[in-house]
Amino acid sequence: MLLHSTRADWLGNIRADLLAGLVVALALIPEAIAFSIIAGVDPKVGLYASFCIAVIIAIVGGRPGMISAATGAMALLMVTLVKNHGLEYLLAATLLTGVLQIVAGYLKLGNLMSFVSRSVVTGFVNALAILIFMAQLPELTNVTWHVYAMTAAGLGIIYLFPRLPVIGKAIPSPLVCIVVLTLAAVAVGMDIRTVGDMGQLPDTLPIFLWPEVPLNLDTLMIILPYSVSLAVVGLLESLMTATIVDDLTDTPSDKNRECKGQGIANIGAGLLGGMAGCAMIGQSVINIKSGGRGRLSTFCAGLFLIVMVVFLGPWLSLIPMAALVAVMIMVSIGTFSWQSIRDLKKHPLSTNVVMVVTVVVVVATHNLAYGVLAGVLLAALFFANKVSHFMYVTSAVDPTTNTRTYRVVGQVFFNSAERFAANFDFREALDKVVIDLSHAHFWDISAVGALDKVVIKFRREGAEVELIGLNEASATIVDRFGVHDKPEEIDKVLGVH
Amino acid sequence: MNTNRQTVLACIDGSTFSRGVVDYGAWVSRVVGAPLKLLHNIEHREHSPIQDLSGNIGLGAREELLEELTRMEERCSKILLEQGKEMLHNASQRARAAGVAEPIMLQRHGGLAETLIDMEDEIRVLVLGVRGEDREQQEHRIGNHLESVIRALHRPVLVVNRPFDSPPGRCMLAYDGSEAAGKALAMAASSPLFKQLECHLVHVARKQESPVLDAAARVLQDAGLQVHTASLHGDVEQLLLSYQQQQGIELMVMGAFGHSRIRELLLGSVTHHMLTKSRVPLLMLR
Repeated sequence: MLLHSTRADWLGNIRADLLAGLVVALALIPEAIAFSIIAGVDPKVGLYASFCIAVIIAIVGGRPGMISAATGAMALLMVTLVKNHGLEYLLAATLLTGVLQIVAGYLKLGNLMSFVSRSVVTGFVNALAILIFMAQLPELTNVTWHVYAMTAAGLGIIYLFPRLPVIGKAIPSPLVCIVVLTLAAVAVGMDIRTVGDMGQLPDTLPIFLWPEVPLNLDTLMIILPYSVSLAVVGLLESLMTATIVDDLTDTPSDKNRECKGQGIANIGAGLLGGMAGCAMIGQSVINIKSGGRGRLSTFCAGLFLIVMVVFLGPWLSLIPMAALVAVMIMVSIGTFSWQSIRDLKKHPLSTNVVMVVTVVVVVATHNLAYGVLAGVLLAALFFANKVSHFMYVTSAVDPTTNTRTYRVVGQVFFNSAERFAANFDFREALDKVVIDLSHAHFWDISAVGALDKVVIKFRREGAEVELIGLNEASATIVDRFGVHDKPEEIDKVLGVH
Repeated sequence: MNTNRQTVLACIDGSTFSRGVVDYGAWVSRVVGAPLKLLHNIEHREHSPIQDLSGNIGLGAREELLEELTRMEERCSKILLEQGKEMLHNASQRARAAGVAEPIMLQRHGGLAETLIDMEDEIRVLVLGVRGEDREQQEHRIGNHLESVIRALHRPVLVVNRPFDSPPGRCMLAYDGSEAAGKALAMAASSPLFKQLECHLVHVARKQESPVLDAAARVLQDAGLQVHTASLHGDVEQLLLSYQQQQGIELMVMGAFGHSRIRELLLGSVTHHMLTKSRVPLLMLR
């Protein structure tokens, strides 16, 4: 099933896929180098990773046309591991990440994405954009004015070159930016930092190597926390990107297969000396924009990348860092959801709070998983709070028998249980109390507990208590209540009893 | 199985085979007494309409791209919808002229195979052209979807490869004793379609005559069909085709794709060969 793909997946769109793959490969090179620098490893680690991940995910991934490679979100999680333990431990952590992701795929954890609300996704994307931008700041602090000028010129080329007639849309502007700035730097003999200063570049194809770490429990305890974070963030970003690509291309994707595919791709990267990666929002958008739709586009992106890197290796080292910074600023701007800022005025406060909290937590912790966790929890709390308003109690007294009948309507659960109890007047001297629950739903034990309390209090005041419709009202307590998917089954439980 | 709501489903597109598909569909519909449903399936092409290799993304790039892609596909789809309606209208008139009282018209989006799988329960017989619009000129090739449709559906599929001139009088049932052929035989025996046809039961063996044919012929005779048998020796595909020409057979009937894809990749598929080479329509029984 992992290898299953139709002819159309690969060969449905050959010409456009090849061109888009080339455009993406050109944009991937600066990104892979930049993310390696974030992680604190040689550029070759990111470049090898991008090659492996793109090629493997093209075959085993669940979302044709999506680009996966070394990413900023993942790189940020590795910084301390690399600093404290070195590259070999990173490779081991990458392997373990892959294993965890495959397990997640088989456990169908991709389905959990339905708990991640839209505002959390928006927050994630915006936080990612901010992180990518912030990662460029070290290159822009304590430097000469040359660097600022170069970066500004680079951004100018990137955004203005496509406006030129004919060639504007035929040559990728990030490539033009890199070539022009490199030539300028070399011609003037500017003394600024280049890619060559940042570490070793690849000169051969990647080779198979098993990470040189002791295979014991200590190693596992070192890499496990990192691997868990990497696996979670990788899957989150991949699945979110898959949703974005689904929307853009109006085609469906297999999310659980994508989880397994990401795992296999990361294992492949780890065995060939690359760092862990995942799907990339910016690159996937570039791919779709350039006309890439099929698996071939992702495959070619990886293939072209390694070919160019191996053959252009000596030239790559001459690229000024300012050019890379310009490209990365473009990626961060393109990743940012501009719409979300405009929507702030339109959307309800709770939605905005969820989005902003997600962003703030991510930027504070540099870990996208924490941000998503905070966002999801907050969204769930807001939802519970909203639903708890759907509950009210009416009552009527029958003076002849001195009986009061309470009618409970709506959702009673942990959040509304207190309010439910507060609706009863225990001070009233009554002979009999009837509580009609036929229009109420008791979702959990808190609700039942609140009802018990009410009954006991009335009994203590000397009233006889009768409950109507309790069985129907509590039918929702059962776990796995959601297995009913037939309308008549749901009506039985939720409808008018 | 509720046969009341089952229809003869004729798939049409802009190719020249579509007229034949409608006519054959009308014929089957009249003979088996099921309503005729005309389907035009709008396939969304994978290849993208825009070509922008500038490779840069600015503020709001995603929203802009989505808007642009939506606009373009909307325009394409609108045209396809219009064309489809026109085709369906023409086909419906043609079917009425061929004696079908109330042809049902239907338009769906998506891949043809997926659409048909979703509709499988309501299909009694599926009628479709051997090639679609995009391969119309490429003779000796079968349509993009034909094989996957035949493999996916467990319903009789009538593959039309020429215009309809008169209701077929003679059919040929290729029988090799396999499970797929046995199923086809049982279906032929029980279907009203074959009551009016002279049925040639043909077995091609590499060696001597096998007794399978007599038993098979008896099944059809018991069902009240008029049966001729022929046992031939040699190359299956060639003999079947030459027998068809000699005897003036107007409809080929066979069990389809009895073997796995992998085996057929290695040995070649009789079904595939017959689909490409046959000059008369084929009824695939599954």
